[in-house]
Amino acid sequence: MFDISPTEWTAIALSLRVATVATLIATPIGIGVAWLLARRDFWGKSLIDALIYLPLVLPPVVTGYLLLLTFGRRGLVGAWLANQLGIVLAFRWTGAALACGVMSFPLLVRPMRLSIEAVDRKLEQAAATLGAAPWQVFLTVTLPLALPGVLAGMVLGFAKAIGEFGATITFVSNIPGETQTISSAIYSLTQTPDGDAAALRLVVVSILIATTALVASEVFARRATRRVHGN
Amino acid sequence: MLHVDVSKQLGDFLLEASFTSEGRVTGLFGASGAGKTSLINMIAGLVRPDRGVIAIDGETLDDTAARIHVPPHRRRIGYVFQDARLFPHLNVRQNLDYGRRMNRLADDPAQRTRVIDLLDIGKLLDRRPGRLSGGERQRVAFGRALLSKPRLLLLDEPLGALDEGRKHEILPYLVRLRDEAGIPMVYVSHDAAELRQLATQIVMLRSGHITAFGGVKVLTS
Repeated sequence: MFDISPTEWTAIALSLRVATVATLIATPIGIGVAWLLARRDFWGKSLIDALIYLPLVLPPVVTGYLLLLTFGRRGLVGAWLANQLGIVLAFRWTGAALACGVMSFPLLVRPMRLSIEAVDRKLEQAAATLGAAPWQVFLTVTLPLALPGVLAGMVLGFAKAIGEFGATITFVSNIPGETQTISSAIYSLTQTPDGDAAALRLVVVSILIATTALVASEVFARRATRRVHGN
Repeated sequence: MLHVDVSKQLGDFLLEASFTSEGRVTGLFGASGAGKTSLINMIAGLVRPDRGVIAIDGETLDDTAARIHVPPHRRRIGYVFQDARLFPHLNVRQNLDYGRRMNRLADDPAQRTRVIDLLDIGKLLDRRPGRLSGGERQRVAFGRALLSKPRLLLLDEPLGALDEGRKHEILPYLVRLRDEAGIPMVYVSHDAAELRQLATQIVMLRSGHITAFGGVKVLTS
């Protein structure tokens, strides 16, 4: 039963790669957005807030289709990327990473924002009176104190990215070796006559990955909390 | 020399204060709610005045007419808060070193040793703020502010959060600080006895307005 076939391995490796790349790229953007939402007031803030949470409430297939319209070869951004930089996202694994990044973004940003909001602004003021410029305050006080939330956001985002299905399959389809992640592989296997055993193997694998991610986040968060409030 | 001439509307409370101080320690005296903290927050640059001028040694830090507002991190004004505000994720040594790192000042081990001895915090260097008593925390906060090499030191009721015993533990350090550190200070307090011991000049503040200015003897009137 636990003889994982090469195609299944490919799907597993691809899922891990897509989710890792999506999380690593989304993290700095997420930290920046979280900081803006937590610490700045600007015109159009509630609009940006709503836009970020949109993928959480929209049907994933709608998000995927919008990505296809925007980043597809004939899409506004997609055509420019392809012509100017030679970057093609549609039906590529990089497109899967984009879809996963967009879909997981609300989950990634939320804990980051909450933890930045929880950082005592009085400490940031103290840092400023000691000569720290705003970016130094951010790097030496805000970010280290918000670290547990940043890690929690990364893990949540990763978990969501690895399980993403609807937007990914709509945007980049289900091509074995290129865009077939664990989720879309399971979907294909359930459509195949003797796919049950293979589907079940991938189900177990995804449960394993999810559990590991959760345990890791717990360990990280505990360590970071100790580092921040530790003695 | 510190020159302040500002006004600021805070809710339905108007703060209007104007004074020039040459004293080594300017005592800002008044009941709670008189606007003392708002006033030194303006000196520190944390709060912007609605109108007015703040200058130190002839350098303008705020001038609303000329649209000048120097941000707090460029003022070189140290600030000791009532609640210490040490960075919880750094140990005492790193807290003390913070201002030097941020200002990219050269390492000055002689000054560090002097400040650490003056405040008697040498045994605390490897501890985190969470493991310090209130009095120890406040002493580290003095040291942290001093080591950023400010040209003016603001102290906002630095003994306010401490009980009587702790106050008497800290007060001698403050007297030494005044006499040995050579940095002019603005010392905020609602405790006349404290100011009589420390201040050389008094600014008396009542509901947002200065009611008296002069030597320590204005405290008795």
